[in-house]
Amino acid sequence: MDFIFFIVKILPFLLQGLWMTVYVSFLSFLLGFSLAIIMTPLRTFAKDLAGPPITTYVELFRGTPVLVQLLFIYFGLPSLGIKLDPVTAGIVALGLNSAAYQAEIFRSALKAIPDEQILAAESLGMSNAQIYKYVILPQTLRVATPSLINEIVALIKESSLVSIIGVVELTRRGEYLVAITFKPLEVYMAVALVYFIVCYTTSRLARVVEKKYKIPGYKG
Amino acid sequence: MAFLKVEKLVAGYGKNIVLRGISLNVQEGEKVVIIGPSGSGKSTLLKCIVRLVEPISGKIFLGGLEVTSKNVDIRKVRQMTGFVFQNYNLFPHMTVLKNVLLPLLVVKKLPKELAYKKAISALEKVGMLEFKDAYPLQLSGGQQQRVAIARALALDPTLMLLDEPTSALDPELVDEVLDILREIAKQGMTLLIVTHELDFAEDVADRIVFIEDGKIVEEGGPEEMLYDPEKERTKAFLRRILRKRLVKPA
Repeated sequence: MDFIFFIVKILPFLLQGLWMTVYVSFLSFLLGFSLAIIMTPLRTFAKDLAGPPITTYVELFRGTPVLVQLLFIYFGLPSLGIKLDPVTAGIVALGLNSAAYQAEIFRSALKAIPDEQILAAESLGMSNAQIYKYVILPQTLRVATPSLINEIVALIKESSLVSIIGVVELTRRGEYLVAITFKPLEVYMAVALVYFIVCYTTSRLARVVEKKYKIPGYKG
Repeated sequence: MAFLKVEKLVAGYGKNIVLRGISLNVQEGEKVVIIGPSGSGKSTLLKCIVRLVEPISGKIFLGGLEVTSKNVDIRKVRQMTGFVFQNYNLFPHMTVLKNVLLPLLVVKKLPKELAYKKAISALEKVGMLEFKDAYPLQLSGGQQQRVAIARALALDPTLMLLDEPTSALDPELVDEVLDILREIAKQGMTLLIVTHELDFAEDVADRIVFIEDGKIVEEGGPEEMLYDPEKERTKAFLRRILRKRLVKPA
């Protein structure tokens, strides 16, 4: 009983950090999404020129730990004269990392769209930009939705890493509480619970959206 | 000068040469049916005409314009030609109406009301107006192909290219598509059709062209081509597809 009572007591303090968690994860998802959405057509339509640098980018960010990337951007970049505050550094690091994953999500979603769709659009006299906007992108987004949902949920969890560079979000607030109360079991249990509720709600909500935009008649 | 003129066309995919020097003239309003075994280059020929496949060499003229010239805006040419694919290739995320509207709005940049009018009238022609709010994957193959024909028709093409329009259809759905194509043929549009439907070819074609191994083997009116072809290879091909249609050889 004491256990539950304690958790209820600390929740308001923890929840004040939830806003920052949501803020950082949402903005880094948006940054990653925007970059990926630019990289995808470049990879398709300017394969020779833009392909190799984009692939290098993707491999670099997927092949190194996101924590190292975060530390590099926050502590390393100032030596090059680029100083970012902790929140910005966190969003940039998670966003750049997510861009690499989202670029891969879009790449495989794009592969699921038959070449004949492009051929048909071309046969109607559409330009590459029009084909991308009206034919490829809407279908790619639909195919990519389940993976994008996973990516959002992953980012909500990964955003706990920014506590390390001093961003006061959910995890950081938990650490404060542990320092004050000396009750790590209860505190981290409560922190985990809040993450779980946010992640679970997000993925449920996203499934509803996914169903709504599903292509009618599409099997699978 | 012929409306469509193909001169010594060579085309292929990578090292695989599919068309080995095709020359073909089509007059305005003429209906030409192309027959030939699979892999003979029929489909590639159609795709080359609007450069969905880039020719390796040779020239193509359409309405006096050199399609194969580097300076030509191929998108303008494609707007004047309708292409119908074997697998319909409708856009699955758009309703039937939106499929037909899209090229009118974004390619031809017609005002909304006019585009809508044209789309409705094209759908009416193929008998698909009642399905305008359905999505392609909710329709049968025959219905999808009719919408694809409407999408091409709505652009008011001067030439229609039809690449095996009924080959992917269940047998009982073939006629609904062919009937529409017969209608279109009557209205005087220039048609270039790849098909294995010989009855249809006989009805519609002014001329039948037999292609094998990337070359034109023989061409002529439907009567002589279907009942009395000169070349042995044409005869052999016709025997092969006709045999399938006989219940029991006499």
